[in-house]
Amino acid sequence: MQKIEELKIQSSADVVLVRQAVRQFAIEVGFGLVDQTKIVTAASELARNTLDYGGGGIVKLETLQEGGRRGLRLTFEDQGPGIADIDMALRDGFTTGGGLGMGLGGAKRLANEFEIESVVGEGTRIIIVRWK
Amino acid sequence: MDVTRSSKIPEILKTHEAELLSEWNQELSATNTRKGLIKEAELKEECREFLKLLRIAAQSGNLSNIQAVEWREVREMLTSISRSRSHKGFTPTETATFIFSFKRPLFDRLRQQLHDPAELGDEIWQATDLLDRLGLMVVEAYQKSREEVILRQQEEMMELSTPVVKLWEGILALPIIGTLDSARTQVVMESLLQKIVETGSEVAIIDITGVPTVDTLTAQHLLKTVTAARLMGADCIISGIRPQIAQTIVYLGIDLTDVTTKATLADAFLMALKRMGTTIARK
Repeated sequence: MQKIEELKIQSSADVVLVRQAVRQFAIEVGFGLVDQTKIVTAASELARNTLDYGGGGIVKLETLQEGGRRGLRLTFEDQGPGIADIDMALRDGFTTGGGLGMGLGGAKRLANEFEIESVVGEGTRIIIVRWK
Repeated sequence: MDVTRSSKIPEILKTHEAELLSEWNQELSATNTRKGLIKEAELKEECREFLKLLRIAAQSGNLSNIQAVEWREVREMLTSISRSRSHKGFTPTETATFIFSFKRPLFDRLRQQLHDPAELGDEIWQATDLLDRLGLMVVEAYQKSREEVILRQQEEMMELSTPVVKLWEGILALPIIGTLDSARTQVVMESLLQKIVETGSEVAIIDITGVPTVDTLTAQHLLKTVTAARLMGADCIISGIRPQIAQTIVYLGIDLTDVTTKATLADAFLMALKRMGTTIARK
């Protein structure tokens, strides 16, 4: 049965809650410890980006079942300023906020599927999927 | 609602204060299931005080806006009641019942005094609206005092959860448990640097076995702590890196090559001893 949950990301305490919820979902899908850690870490990066750069937003968690495989899809959305140059943002070491600049690219490497849409002035949506 | 006709409630509160009080007391003592938590006399005194302040505030004629200045004393009193109820262990329902239980005596009185059904309807509406607002305010104040407790505990936990322990002459250990956010890092760094100065230690082991998720921000915080310790003349070893964390760090692309890392605290301790030129032998 598909399970869907939506959480808001408005403070750094919410980022912790997102991590816990993602871990819970990952356990239900049957992810092993390594896969759990990967998706939770990716979620942590993206949730923090949503908060720090997007000015807060929401994340949707969905369990997936496709043929014989199961997975987890996370959709992060914000109505923030958007990303002007996505290729640049994905480059390791590039940051506008004083971080390490590895979060977005790292999240992409930790996921199996990664999709990013961003319109300057309107907001950003990032979808990641990890399959078991 | 007829707004031109002025409400009879202030007058009723004034002329029937004593009866209202005794009926309310009966109502409260009938519904009071927590006699052990609050003394009857104390409860009575609170009722008397509230009724007095309510009467004074109602004389202003303003029954709809309890945020107005004439309701200030009522608000203050209810806030302090909620606070003490929350500390005594009452539930929010029990706390709000203090206000809501006043409805019956007041409505009874209105019914006795007013005979025009339309007027009675209006007055009951006004009264219920007012008491609902006061009741909600009580719950809000209750909630707020609970939140204050949580906040204080969070702060206490933050201090408690970052102990720096001395393992050996010149070797410190810093076991981190939980999420390493910016505020936490600040506390960790301060206590670590302080301890390095106090003990003149040369090696500090930061153990992250208890950190559930290591993401780029956590890594950045760790690196900052390591750099700061290095500036103070102490070498840092990060221990407690579990296999799944190691894999994640690789995918994230975080460069930890400048930092000595070990899988367990025991390994890190042995390495620190070696650096100090000390060995442990079994007897």
